Amino acid sequence: MLVSEKTSLTEEIELLVQKYGNDRSSLLKILQDVQKNHRYISEFAQQEIARLLKIHPVEVYSVVSFYAFLNSKPKGRNIVRICRTITCDMKNKEAIAKAVERELGIKMGETTKDKKFTIEYANCLGLCDEGPAMAINERVYTKLTPEKAVEYLNSVK
Amino acid sequence: MENKKHTRKGDIIFSDYTPGDGIKKAVTLSREDILFEIKDSKLKGRGGAGFPVSTKWMLAAAAISDEKYIVCNADEGEPGTFKDRVLLYEYPELVFDGMVIAGYTIGAKKGIVYLRGEYEHALKPLEDYLQKMRDENLLGKSILGIRNFNFDIEIFVGSSAYVCGEETALIESLEGNRGEARNRPPYPVNTGFKKKPTSVNNVETLCCIPHIVLNGGNWFKKFGTGESTGTKIFSISGDCEKPDVYELPWGTTLKELLEISGAQNTKAVQIGGASGQCVPKAQFNRKLAYEDLPTGGSIIVFNESRNMLKVLKNFMEFFVEESCGQCTPCRIGNRKLLEGVNMIEKGEYTFTYLNKLKELGKTMQVASKCGLGQSSPNSFISILENFNDEIFSYNNGGTHA
Ligand SMILES: Cc1cc2nc3c(=O)[nH]c(=O)nc-3n(C[C@H](O)[C@H](O)[C@H](O)COP(=O)(O)O)c2cc1C
Ligand code: SF4
Repeated sequence: MLVSEKTSLTEEIELLVQKYGNDRSSLLKILQDVQKNHRYISEFAQQEIARLLKIHPVEVYSVVSFYAFLNSKPKGRNIVRICRTITCDMKNKEAIAKAVERELGIKMGETTKDKKFTIEYANCLGLCDEGPAMAINERVYTKLTPEKAVEYLNSVK
Repeated sequence: MENKKHTRKGDIIFSDYTPGDGIKKAVTLSREDILFEIKDSKLKGRGGAGFPVSTKWMLAAAAISDEKYIVCNADEGEPGTFKDRVLLYEYPELVFDGMVIAGYTIGAKKGIVYLRGEYEHALKPLEDYLQKMRDENLLGKSILGIRNFNFDIEIFVGSSAYVCGEETALIESLEGNRGEARNRPPYPVNTGFKKKPTSVNNVETLCCIPHIVLNGGNWFKKFGTGESTGTKIFSISGDCEKPDVYELPWGTTLKELLEISGAQNTKAVQIGGASGQCVPKAQFNRKLAYEDLPTGGSIIVFNESRNMLKVLKNFMEFFVEESCGQCTPCRIGNRKLLEGVNMIEKGEYTFTYLNKLKELGKTMQVASKCGLGQSSPNSFISILENFNDEIFSYNNGGTHA
């Protein structure tokens, strides 16, 4: 990471700590914002958060590693999650996953070369009445067909 | 997602309600009166565990503390349930009025909604609704002009972990920690969020409260059975024509549910999600009720074409992934059960070993630290027992090696 990038990340985290407070209970909110802005929480970011909340960096890492939506490794700018739990599975989530894999030329769990997309499976998205379902970042898409799923992907800038 | 509020019909939650009315009535009553009505209603928690709401609230009300919290559990992660999502989108007035009444009753000034990360799409509409309540003086300082009645609600978004629905894990998560279940006692009503008395209640439980306050406990008891009073919102999905949420009185039979949702050629129904049990056709006249088939509301329908071993595999993969890993019976046990399923799939099993796995499942039910590990063997045990023929007999297309 460049020095200037580091400084700006530090500034960003300082602002978040100001916004949410330096109490331990702010940790998840801070992590979520960093995750949203960068799609991952770098080691440096974790150290800076730890320093400002006055906790050990391992404490931060242990939280990041616990939650499925927090990542310590770089991901694509857009995270695509296809529901794999029972009802979506019965509605053939496999066909959705395959179509997305073919279209992007990567496998589930991977990131495209241009860093535009990461695709992964998710556990129950709570959309069982409208499956098969997937999420692109915070937005959800339901009653998918393989073709529609790909259309939604292509609509992402 | 479609908003179908105008088409929904039900005796309690889906009945007519004017936003704010429950709060307006509550403030004319004493805390004791409200607790009495809730006790009289025999309302039990709708999040799965079925604990009496009045007991929890009486303990929280009696606790002496400068700070208390009401937490709305909107972590809804059980496979097959989506009723809380529907309630949050279509009936926020019931959820939030229920929380305000809870605050008034136990003496809490702050409410927190723990919204699962997967439902972040609901954040904006919910926050807009809260703002509307503040503008109408139904939330915030001196609610309805009553001095000293201050209560506000904050929404906390999770980051995806099924176990965070367990109330002590949820509190850990709110405090900025890994969502690992705590030892109990102490219970959250005494030592909860920030070590203060905290009542954690499910979204649907809170939705019942304004109606009980308006109509009384006695009215509520008219619906349901003696032990399971009121109605339940069922999330029905899988092999049926009309997957949706349905409000029906407790005591409704599985057969009736299947008819209502347009299910045909049904072979099995999973009650209570992956952590629940799988009921075969021969038992479809059983009742959904705390005393027969209890459920947090997840109902998944399987027709004749489904392979029950594959269903079980999907559930066990879910648990292996979602176990928080804190205690051994659950961390290792779920892996072993999944391995067992894979062995059956490949035809590389012995019945002696499978019996050992069932024993292991029973050990997990008693030795695991929280409800996740205690309930994850349920489907393993019930599917292997109830679909024994399909899974093991050659004639029925079962595995053979
Ligand atoms: C693994 C696990 C997950 C749970 N998930 C939820 C959930 O998503 N929503 C919920 O209300 N209760 C959930 N519970 C139950 C809660 O621990 C708690 O009993 C409930 O929130 C209390 O509210 P109630 O009395 O209104 O049902 C879960 C329990 C376990 C063990
Ligand atoms: S039972 Fe499972 S989820 Fe619960 S504490 Fe133990 S390892 Fe964690």
